[in-house]
Amino acid sequence: MKKIPQKQIHKYLRHNKSFPHVWCPGCSNGIVLGGVIRAIDEMGYEKDSVAMISGIGCSSRMPVYVDFNTAHTLHGRAIPHATGVKMFKPELNVCVITGDGDATAIGGNHLIHAARRNIDITVILINNNIYGMTGGQYSPTTPAGAKATTMPYGNIDNTFDICDLAIGAGATFVARTTAYHAMEIQNYVRMGFEHKGFSLIEVIAACPVIFGRLNKRGDASSMMRTMKEESKPLAVFEALPDEEKEKFYPRGVLVNIDKPEYTEKYANLVASLQKKEEAE
Amino acid sequence: MAKKKKVKAVLMQGNEAISYGALAAGVNFFGGYPITPSTEVAEIMARELPKRGGKFIQMEDEIASIASVVGASLAGAKAMTATSGPGFSLMQEGIGFAKMIEAPCVVVNVMRGGPSTGLPTDPSQSDIMQARWGSHGDAPAIALYPDSVLESYELTIRAVNLAEKYRTCVTLFSDACLGHMREPVVLPDLSQVKIIHRIQPTLPPEWYKHYPENPKYISPLASFGEGYRFHVTGLAHDAHGFPTTRPDEVARMMDNLRNKIVHHTDDLVQVEAIAMEDARIAIFAAGITARAAKKVVVALRAKGKKVGLLRPLTIWPFPDELVKQYLSDVKGIIVPELNQGQLSLELKRVLGHRKTRKIVEVQKNTGELITPQEIINAMKEVH
Amino acid sequence: MEKMYKEIRLSGSGGQGLITAGIILANAACIEGINVTQTQSYGAASRGGASRADVIVSSEDIYYPEAQYFDILLCLTQESCDKFVSNLKEGGSLIIDTTFVKNYPVVQADVYDLPFTQIASDKLGSVLPTNILSLAFTVRTSKVVSESALKEAIIKSMKPAYLDLNLNAMKLGFKLADSFLEVE
Repeated sequence: MKKIPQKQIHKYLRHNKSFPHVWCPGCSNGIVLGGVIRAIDEMGYEKDSVAMISGIGCSSRMPVYVDFNTAHTLHGRAIPHATGVKMFKPELNVCVITGDGDATAIGGNHLIHAARRNIDITVILINNNIYGMTGGQYSPTTPAGAKATTMPYGNIDNTFDICDLAIGAGATFVARTTAYHAMEIQNYVRMGFEHKGFSLIEVIAACPVIFGRLNKRGDASSMMRTMKEESKPLAVFEALPDEEKEKFYPRGVLVNIDKPEYTEKYANLVASLQKKEEAE
Repeated sequence: MAKKKKVKAVLMQGNEAISYGALAAGVNFFGGYPITPSTEVAEIMARELPKRGGKFIQMEDEIASIASVVGASLAGAKAMTATSGPGFSLMQEGIGFAKMIEAPCVVVNVMRGGPSTGLPTDPSQSDIMQARWGSHGDAPAIALYPDSVLESYELTIRAVNLAEKYRTCVTLFSDACLGHMREPVVLPDLSQVKIIHRIQPTLPPEWYKHYPENPKYISPLASFGEGYRFHVTGLAHDAHGFPTTRPDEVARMMDNLRNKIVHHTDDLVQVEAIAMEDARIAIFAAGITARAAKKVVVALRAKGKKVGLLRPLTIWPFPDELVKQYLSDVKGIIVPELNQGQLSLELKRVLGHRKTRKIVEVQKNTGELITPQEIINAMKEVH
Repeated sequence: MEKMYKEIRLSGSGGQGLITAGIILANAACIEGINVTQTQSYGAASRGGASRADVIVSSEDIYYPEAQYFDILLCLTQESCDKFVSNLKEGGSLIIDTTFVKNYPVVQADVYDLPFTQIASDKLGSVLPTNILSLAFTVRTSKVVSESALKEAIIKSMKPAYLDLNLNAMKLGFKLADSFLEVE
């Protein structure tokens, strides 16, 4: 992993128009933004070659702040918009910024089908376990028993494990880390970009103002501490006895496999058809 | 002199004509989802686009289809999808987004009976209003509706051209009958067909504004990956595309969306007037229903009856001025349509009430066509 | 050119190939340079359920594309015969497949009754080309399009693997028409 100086980030921000940002103090989104930018810098991508697409939600506000080809689309629909961009211009490096509600509730169908298709899109999914922008309704990842404005007596609904969902749907690169592990964000997002195929990086994030307050999780720094304590590197996690595993979740690259990528397969089809036409 | 080779007609289906029209217009991206009675369009595009280096993708639903179309449009594609009523409903949020961010694209709606699943294999004209008011919020629409296989080809090209020119989502109507109908057509020589491409910006990126400041002029439109690095958002935005809540900037955005259509109605609106010069009774009909009306006009004119037809090829924007011009002074207007009065509602809005003029509505939404005889019967109500 | 206008309805159930037959007939008309429209009505099922194809041929422009009063009505099922026979023109032609149509309607028209499906099964070894068999019969009895155009349209529409079978069906259809006309 390359150390990217902090000021290098400024090269990628839209200073002229779009600040101050909308995120609350203590929000993890800024940390993720930093990680994504450093990963892009590390990849050496030209700014013109990057397309960043988002849906709706707190995390989805990210594209407006960065100097790439950016689209802040519809709730849940970032991935199919990105699919159109990638299909038409496969030479672009396409990433999606999304959240737990955006990607797994309203956009769940699009997530699983993009994973199945193995189209070369890097999805950075910021999971703060809540609908922050609308004021604290429960999401598909709100933990059992946790409070939300639409689960005022504690969550009785079951949860998605986002990484399991992506793996089950056929994603060929899946990693998880937390906002506390900023360098891992950079690392995994870079690996996601390097990976040819559908990649998903889940970043467990803190929403101290909404989720934290509703659930008495303390301030931002104590939520960061929780992330540090509750997550274990994959190897460490796997070595834990089963009863211990309940208390922790694994961080790391969970899946990284090679499989033909969709736009490449399509390009091959186009090439073979055009060759056939020439022959005729 | 070389003998001119006579061009032979080919038998073609309405949906085929739409597909070939799209290809002729330069459509190079199609994202879609199967739905009767539009599916042939997707099938032909799946077969033809890769041969021509274009892109086809079948998405997981209609919401994803329109999203992929808008995404491809942002990346510079001439992008299109095709669907029918239920899919058109699902696409409304994406259509609204395309209009909001001024992304050129075309949605073909081969109308079938509704509401809900309705009559999947039978024709209808009941999405006329949905094309105008289907998405939330105010944004004018462009919608075209042919009445023959050849015109399906021609209006598809026009729909793509208008989308590119006016940077918006254009609806092309067909219906289950027209979409599956076959007729001999002689396709026009492609060198004679006018194809419009979005204007590419030439100014340096730092001067580029993604949205026009004056809707009278169609401004250049950059695509992803060309050095302009613009931002689009479904939020209210300024000329650069950045979110804003400033009333003056929001007002300009909303005015732009409206005025780029309103100021160009002359360019957008097309009607066909048959035997209207001295008509005392006029039929106002669009699409497949106009075919019955034409039969009536020809049959009754042969008997010396002063009957004419006004057929809008452009449904939206509604041809207000031409409707007034042609229909203000007739004695009776017959409005046959395969719905519960969507065109006639507009017609009455434009013409208002007049004691000396009777508007007779002929409506059917049983999946059957309105027959010529039913139109003739309705004329008996005009005295 | 002499004025000509004919409405033809080919009716039966899904899977009998009537829409294919309609397209072939329309193609034949197109090859001959006659104005033609072909429309269809079918249910959700690819097999079974009511199905029909309408072909209108005319020397003039054709406006209304659906057949309403038929010059020729082909019925491959009892249901379609019962449903459509009342709109058969006086002096028109009714062609019925007696494999399935058991109750004959009383009509003031030329009636051609043959067990087309049975004949296809017996003589061609398959019920699949019943549509082409009955279409060829219709064309020879009605002369609505030329037989060479019909043949060209069949060749254009059929996959090579099925072409011989269907051309044989066409020939058999012509032959059946001849023997039927002789008897008359």
